[in-house]
Amino acid sequence: MKHHSRVPLLFVVILTILIFVINLSAPANLNFNLLNPSTLKPMPIHFQYSGIPFITKLRDLSFRLGLDLQGGSSITLRANMNGIPADERDSALASAQDVIEKRINFYGVTEPTVQTEKVNNDYRILVDIPGISDVKQAVSLVGKTAKMTFWEGSGNFPASQSAQIATESAMLDLKAGRPVGVTQAVGENPEETDLSGSDLKEAAVTFDTSGQPQVQLTFTADGAKKFADITSNNVGKIVAIALDQQVIEAPRVQQPIVGGNAVITGNFTTQQANDLAIQLNAGALPVSLTVLQEQAIGATLGKSSLEASLIAGVLGFLVIIIFMTVLYGRLGIIASAALIIYSMTVLSLFRLIPVTLTLAGIAGFILSVGIAVDANILIFERMKEELRRGRTLSNSIDLGFSRAWPSIRDSNVSSLITSAILFYFGTSIIRGFAVTLALGILVSMFSAIFVTKTFLQVFYRKG
Amino acid sequence: MNIVGKRNWYFAFSLLIIIPGVISLFLWGLNLSIDFTGGSEMTFTYPQNVNEQMISNVKTTFADEKIQIISLQETSTQITVRTKAITENQDSVILKNIQIASPQVKQDQFETIGPVIGSEITVNALYAILIASLLIVLYIAWAFRGVRKPMSSWRFGVCAIIALLHDALVVVGIFSLLGHFFGVEVDSLFVTALLTVIGFSVHDTIVVFDRIRENLRRNLTGAFPQVVNDSILQTLVRSLNTSLTALLVLFTLLIFGGESIRWFIVAMLIGIASGTYSSIFNASQLLVVWQEWVDKSQNRSFANR
Repeated sequence: MKHHSRVPLLFVVILTILIFVINLSAPANLNFNLLNPSTLKPMPIHFQYSGIPFITKLRDLSFRLGLDLQGGSSITLRANMNGIPADERDSALASAQDVIEKRINFYGVTEPTVQTEKVNNDYRILVDIPGISDVKQAVSLVGKTAKMTFWEGSGNFPASQSAQIATESAMLDLKAGRPVGVTQAVGENPEETDLSGSDLKEAAVTFDTSGQPQVQLTFTADGAKKFADITSNNVGKIVAIALDQQVIEAPRVQQPIVGGNAVITGNFTTQQANDLAIQLNAGALPVSLTVLQEQAIGATLGKSSLEASLIAGVLGFLVIIIFMTVLYGRLGIIASAALIIYSMTVLSLFRLIPVTLTLAGIAGFILSVGIAVDANILIFERMKEELRRGRTLSNSIDLGFSRAWPSIRDSNVSSLITSAILFYFGTSIIRGFAVTLALGILVSMFSAIFVTKTFLQVFYRKG
Repeated sequence: MNIVGKRNWYFAFSLLIIIPGVISLFLWGLNLSIDFTGGSEMTFTYPQNVNEQMISNVKTTFADEKIQIISLQETSTQITVRTKAITENQDSVILKNIQIASPQVKQDQFETIGPVIGSEITVNALYAILIASLLIVLYIAWAFRGVRKPMSSWRFGVCAIIALLHDALVVVGIFSLLGHFFGVEVDSLFVTALLTVIGFSVHDTIVVFDRIRENLRRNLTGAFPQVVNDSILQTLVRSLNTSLTALLVLFTLLIFGGESIRWFIVAMLIGIASGTYSSIFNASQLLVVWQEWVDKSQNRSFANR
């Protein structure tokens, strides 16, 4: 062994150990049918593997599966950016994304993906919720935005508080586009204040001294000032808080509140207080959202096709190994080892980043495996050519690499350009394809030049 | 072996494949799936085998709700119905009504896609491909800038894109025919397959072009058709080995993979075969045709200028 190939070999060995650990760290379950040779009937195989506990505890390295593989609900929301200055739109979208993420997490859904997307001049939020295939439930979880308004009134009430008059004033509210019940709460001629949900910084559930749940409102600096003005103008009177078109709270103002904090009491259960806090936080959304698209994807269909395709993928890989070995003999075995390291590296990256795997994404990965195989074939064919010209083995290896490199580089750069464009202009599935392809190509260049070359120099030169 | 000499035959063969597809595209278009047209798709799963009575039950249920069925497909235990977009409420009413006759029916899938998204995916994908093609022409022109005069490096880029168009047309054309005669649908996975084919096509063409570039640099006296012929022969084994590997893997996926990826794999199989063919028999040959055309118009030959 030549001295200069020891360091790269050591590096490849460390890399190999690392990627095997990463790929083995997550738990795995495999269920498939094998044909029993003696009875010729399908024999179910269950393989359960619990992963490396130490790493599993540290971080979940399972593959993140897209909805087409796992099943669930997918919702596309469009943000209405009218009236929001152009330079604030990106941050408005990002904070809307944040709020939605919090909401879904709060409801205990595992690993939702909430992505923002800008298509032409449309600002969108894509929400994938695995596990929940009831779209109605999913939309209500995500899309319901509560608009909070504060109302003040004259404080004059009709003399009689009969049920008939209450209904009449409610009808009046409805006709005037006011929250129903606001007249009854604050008196005749209610007016909307300039304080609104967008002035709210946060709503949280707290408990008063008797353990009764209440919702604590924290206003922004601007909101705090508005709130101070409203409360000082209405001491002794009632200020109504309305959510959407419904009055939810009508507290009497005891004294001006200047600290920017307010508490909504009321006979809440903890659950109701939680829901209200979530709704208010959503009400603090800087943009209103409309549902553009909703789709439910059945898990059963996804699962069977996933398992069949996974096994087919493993078989496909075996086919590559056999074919390369038949074509190139010992070189083929070296290439196969490099390819295994290559695929494991890409899969490790998918786990680490993490990349959400969809069928389209897997297609991108398959293409990149093809490109990696092609790189090996290109190099071997050049080596053989140089050998036929009568060069020494070691010379041929070096020349094989340096001659094959321009075509590997140019073809891969053009594929990288394609993936970049697809990522930039594409919608979700096309993006998934672009990401896995680009990652795969980058790793394949490294694999062909570094891993294959190191193996050849160490294991091939000797023979 | 003289490959370049028979180039008109290769062009003729390509046209033989492409023209019926293009005619079919003009006459019948593509059999677009719900991904493109927008609409709703519902899959009802039965505990036992589907019979005529169940199908007519489904049909009358939709008719009662005044929802027009666009297509109805049945497998052994499933009925899949496609309609124009309907709401969740309409869907649950329909499921309830179907369950009156067959209580054990389950709904596996209910999917609604607005047509806006459908046309948008297409438009954006086409946009992306157009821009990617332009950038690839630019990149190849730049990467091949060292090529010997009077060959212009632009020609390599343009010929690579023509080969890309060829492969895309072959796949789209054949799927138009498959759609018309066998009801094969074009869905979002098909778009992915097409992207894969386009990626492979350019990749494969550049490998062959790279050899032409290298030989042009080394061999300063040979006639251009001869250089192209040599380059093709030198890369032939690699081209065949690579695409054979890819085709073998795709066949494995076709046989063992899930049903839902079947036509996706078929599209890739056709595309990879076409991509390999077009790199050798179209893109490289077009370079020769282009050179001869330039020579003729300037009345001088590339070899003895």
